[in-house]
Amino acid sequence: MSTIYITAFIVGGLICVIGQLLFDVAKLTPAHTLCILVVTGSILDGFGLYEPLIDFAGAGVTIPITSFGNALTHGALAEAEKHGFIGVLTGMFEVTSSGISAAILFGFIASLLFKAKGNI
Amino acid sequence: MDKKKYGALEQKISPKTPLLKNCLKAFVTGGVICLIAQIISLFYMTYFDFTERTASNPTIATMIFISMLLTGFGFYKKIGQFGGAGSAVPITGFGNAVISAAIEHKTEGYVLGVGGNIFKLAGSVIVFGVFSAFVVALVKTILVKLGVVGW
Repeated sequence: MSTIYITAFIVGGLICVIGQLLFDVAKLTPAHTLCILVVTGSILDGFGLYEPLIDFAGAGVTIPITSFGNALTHGALAEAEKHGFIGVLTGMFEVTSSGISAAILFGFIASLLFKAKGNI
Repeated sequence: MDKKKYGALEQKISPKTPLLKNCLKAFVTGGVICLIAQIISLFYMTYFDFTERTASNPTIATMIFISMLLTGFGFYKKIGQFGGAGSAVPITGFGNAVISAAIEHKTEGYVLGVGGNIFKLAGSVIVFGVFSAFVVALVKTILVKLGVVGW
């Protein structure tokens, strides 16, 4: 139980190092880097490799943006298992709704509460 | 001056990015964010009815809430200057992109400014995430129907 804090720290840190390498070595923009990581996450879930990673590192792999791709694929696959091809489309946001809805909700609340001061 | 010479000159003049230092900073920043999230998910597993796998949903929402406060008070930019990818790759960076876009475009009005620009920075992640998820899930579904692989 307590080792998951260590693995979360290390694995989460390593994924960020991959992102940093894509920034500095491959000279990609942040947007390109994040897109690559999301696509990687969704491909990993296609091979069924992401869930074991979650068991191993907990938040270390659910918090990096790769988990967004994983969650999208996972929802689509779970629904496809039940309803066939149509499920690929309908199940997409089943798992990942919290990230998107939280981002929209808190983004809008933030726009009500805060003023742009050139420091955001 | 031809292109090659210019490129070489540019490389000579522009300051070198301290790669190792940047990676170390990204590692520590990203690691700490994931560690905090792990502690939050423990809270959800202990006090609410969540398992190891389902706890990530409320944890992500909580992390984005924290990201809102940090972004609004201007701290996330400082974390970003220190941590580089360490602050951009975790979901808090996604939240920061959405929230900062929302605050920044507030002056253009709530419908056209906030509503229209909220996904200006984070939209590409959603587009490519959804498209790749669609392709991956479609390919896997076809393979399963053909009996090549199992679920």
